[in-house]
Amino acid sequence: MTRGRRLRDVKSDVKDLAERPLPLVFPFPGRSVTVDQVALEERSAALGKRSIKKATKVAGIRLAISMCDLTTLEGKDSPGKIRQMCAKAVRPDPADLSVPSVAAVCIYPDLVAIAKRALAGSTVKVASVATAFPSGRSPLSLKLTDVKRAVSAGADEIDMVIDRGAFLSGDLRKVFDEIAAVKETCGEAHLKVILETGELETYDNVRRASDLAIAAGADFIKTSTGKVMPAATPPVTLCMLEAIRDHWLATGVKIGMKPAGGIRTSKQALHYLVLVKETLGADWLTPDLFRFGASSLVNDCLMQLKKEETGRYRSEEEFTKD
Amino acid sequence: MAEEKKRDLLRTGRGKTPSRALARVEPDFLGKWEYAPALESTSHLTIRPSYDLFVGGKWVPAKSRKRFSTINPATEETLASVAEAGAADVDAAVRSAERAYEKYWRRMPGKERGKYLYRIARMLQEKAREFAVLETMDGGKPIKESRDIDVPLAAAHFFYYAGWADKLDYALPGRKARPIGVCGQVIPWNFPLLMAAWKLAPALACGNTSVLKPAETTPLTALHLARLFEEADFPPGVVNVITGAGATGAALVTHPKVRKVAFTGSTEVGKRIQKAAAGTGKRLTLELGGKAANIVFADAPLDQAVEGIINGIYFNQGHVCCAGSRLLVEESVHDVLVRKLAMRIRTLRLGDPLDKNTDVGAINSKMQLEKIRELVQSGIDEGAVLTQSGCTLPSRGYWFPPSFFTNVAQSFRIANEEIFGPVLAVQTFRTPDEAVEKANNTMYGLSAGVWTDKGSKIFKISQKLRAGVVWANTYNKFDPTSPFGGYKESGFGREGGRHGLAAYLEAE
Repeated sequence: MTRGRRLRDVKSDVKDLAERPLPLVFPFPGRSVTVDQVALEERSAALGKRSIKKATKVAGIRLAISMCDLTTLEGKDSPGKIRQMCAKAVRPDPADLSVPSVAAVCIYPDLVAIAKRALAGSTVKVASVATAFPSGRSPLSLKLTDVKRAVSAGADEIDMVIDRGAFLSGDLRKVFDEIAAVKETCGEAHLKVILETGELETYDNVRRASDLAIAAGADFIKTSTGKVMPAATPPVTLCMLEAIRDHWLATGVKIGMKPAGGIRTSKQALHYLVLVKETLGADWLTPDLFRFGASSLVNDCLMQLKKEETGRYRSEEEFTKD
Repeated sequence: MAEEKKRDLLRTGRGKTPSRALARVEPDFLGKWEYAPALESTSHLTIRPSYDLFVGGKWVPAKSRKRFSTINPATEETLASVAEAGAADVDAAVRSAERAYEKYWRRMPGKERGKYLYRIARMLQEKAREFAVLETMDGGKPIKESRDIDVPLAAAHFFYYAGWADKLDYALPGRKARPIGVCGQVIPWNFPLLMAAWKLAPALACGNTSVLKPAETTPLTALHLARLFEEADFPPGVVNVITGAGATGAALVTHPKVRKVAFTGSTEVGKRIQKAAAGTGKRLTLELGGKAANIVFADAPLDQAVEGIINGIYFNQGHVCCAGSRLLVEESVHDVLVRKLAMRIRTLRLGDPLDKNTDVGAINSKMQLEKIRELVQSGIDEGAVLTQSGCTLPSRGYWFPPSFFTNVAQSFRIANEEIFGPVLAVQTFRTPDEAVEKANNTMYGLSAGVWTDKGSKIFKISQKLRAGVVWANTYNKFDPTSPFGGYKESGFGREGGRHGLAAYLEAE
C-alpha cells in the first residue's frame, strides 16, 4: 500500500495518527500495581521451605486430589479415552474409597456430552476449554460459538484463553471486551480465564492481565494452557493470588485460582497449597476456589498416600493410568 | 455518606457496590489445614555440661574460678556451665595470642594462612547442622534462619577472606600491607557465630591473631568454633576464645598488648570503649546500634514491600542492628500498606525455634524482653496505636509477639531509641525531601531501605541518606563481598569486602 508512494503524499499519515484516539488507561481509577520480580520469587521460594509432614501431608494430598481438574487436551482424544478418564476422576483409587473424587475433568468442547454422560450422578464437574484454545487466534464470533456449543452440551465450567497478541500490543480494551462477551455467553457456567503467563513473561504483565480478567468478569483466573512452557510456576501463582487478594480486600468478592501445567508431584502441589494458605487463608482451600490443572498429579498423590499409609513406595504399575 | 460511596466506587472501579461481605474481609490463616510440628533433630549434637576457656590451643579452667550458666531462652533450661574469664585469664589469652603472632602467624606466607582458613570454612559447612541447632538452642532464633542464613554466611566469610590471605598486596594498591598484631574482638548475642566469622576471618587472613569474647548469653557456638580451630590444627594461640560478661570484655579491650579492638554491640558500650582506647594508639572499629528507616514510596511494589518490611523488622526477632525499625510510608498508600502489614503479621508463626516452620523465635534474654516491654509501654503512653499479631505465646521462655505502632511522631521514644525487638514504628511522609529528612533525623546511621518502582528515584534518594548500607527494593541482605558499617553513633569502620581488610592491616 505504502510502496510506490511519493514523499509529497506522506503528510496525511500524520493526520491519521492524530485522529486515532489513545486507549483508555487501565485499570480504571486507582493505582496501577507493580510487582518486584526478585522479592516475589524470594517469597514464593521461602514458602516452598515449609516442612509439611505426617497428618498435614496426608490432609494436604487429599485436598489436592479433590482440587484436581483431571485434564486431557490432545488431538488424539477419543470418546473411549474420555470415558476412561471420567471413571478415574470419580474414583481415583478403586482400592481406597476414602480418596475423594477430583473436582472436574477438563476437555475439548466436542467431548463434553460424552463426559457429561460418563459423570452423571457424580460430583465431578465438566470443564471445557473454548475460544479457539490454545492460541485464541479466531474471530470473536467463532470463539463465542465455541463457548455456546460447550455450554449447550452441558459444560459446567468454561476455560477460555485471552488474546495475548492484543494484550501485548496494548489493546487491553479488546481483551476486556472479549472476556466480558464470553462471560455473558457462559450463562450459568463458571468462567476460568487463562492468561497464558508463559507468553506474558513479566510479573507486571501477569498482574495487569489478572486485574483485567477479574474486572471483566472472570470467576477463576488460570495460569496456562499447558501448551506453552513455562506453564504454572509458584511465583506466577503467588502474583495472581495477590491480585485476587487485592480484589477481595476492595470488594469482598472471592475469585478462584487455577495453576495449570507442569504440576506433576504431590510435593509441588503442597507448595501451592502453602502459597494459598498463607496468602488468602483457609477460605480458598476448597475446590470451589482453587484448582490444579493437571494430568499426572493424581497418581503421584495416590502413591504418596500409599507411602504414608504403609511406609513404603509402591510401583508405578500399581496405580491405574487413565 | 456520599463521600463514602464515592470512595467505594473508586475502589471497585466498575461502579459496582462492594458486596456486604466486605466488612468481614479477614483471611483465616489458622483454620482447616494446620502444619504439624516439624522439629529439627538434636541427636547429632553433643552439648558438654561445662566449657572452659580456649587459650593457647588448650582448654583451660578459668583462674578466676568463676563460672556462669547459659540457658535456652525458649525454654529457660540451662544448657551448659561456662567459665568466666577474669583479668588474669584475659592476660594469659592476650599473651598467648602475642606469642602466636610473633612465632607463627605473622611469619607464615599468606598462601598458607589461606589454607587454614579454607579448612575452617569447609569444616563449618560439614558441621552446618550441628552449628545451626546449637545457635538456635543457645540464642532462640528460628532454625530456618540459623540453617539458611547464619551458618552458610559464616562459612562464606571464611571462604571469602581465605581468598584474600595471599593477595593482600593488591588490597591497598601501591602500598605494602602488614598485620597489626593481637586483636581483641568482642561480639554480640544476636548473630553469635556469624559475628565471630566477621571478626576472625579478616583478622586471621591479614596475619593477626585474636582473642575473641562472645556475649555471655550466647557463648556456645563460639566455643564450638574454637573446637574447629583445634581440629584444624591451627598453631596454638592464633585464636583464643574467652567467655565472660562486661568485665571480661573491658579487661580485654583495655589490655595494653591488644593492638586492635573490634567491637559489635550497643552504642553505650561502644562509647565507653572509644573513651578507653583514646590516646593508647590502639586501632578501633565499632559497629553499634541503629534505627534504620525503611522508606516506601507510593509507586513501590506494595506486596513485595510488605515482605521487605517483615524481613526488615521481624528477622531474628528484630535483634538486628540494621533492622528496618522505622517504616516511613508515603501518606497516600499508608492505609493500604498498614492493612496488608496487619494481615501479614498474622501469618508469622511464633514458637519453638527448633520447629522448621517457625518464623519468629524467642527473645534472647529476660533483660532484653524487659527492655522491649518498657519501650512498647512508652509508645502506648505517648499515644501511638499498637497492632500485634495476636499469636499465643508459649508459657515458658522469653517471647514478644510481632508488633507495630502507627500514629507515631518523630518525637516519640519508639521513633528514636533502638528497641532491638520485633517492634516497628510506622510514620508517614508526603514528599521525597520529607522522607530523606525524617530518615536522617536520627543519631544512628547504619542502614536504610528504599522501595520504589522507579530506578532513578532509588539513586537520588539513596545518595542523600546518611546510612552505611542502603537496600533498594529488598532488605537485610548480606554478603561477604559487601562492606557493612555505620555513620554517626552507629560506629565506624567497615566489615566485609575489600574495605573490611583495612581495619586489620597497617599500610606502609
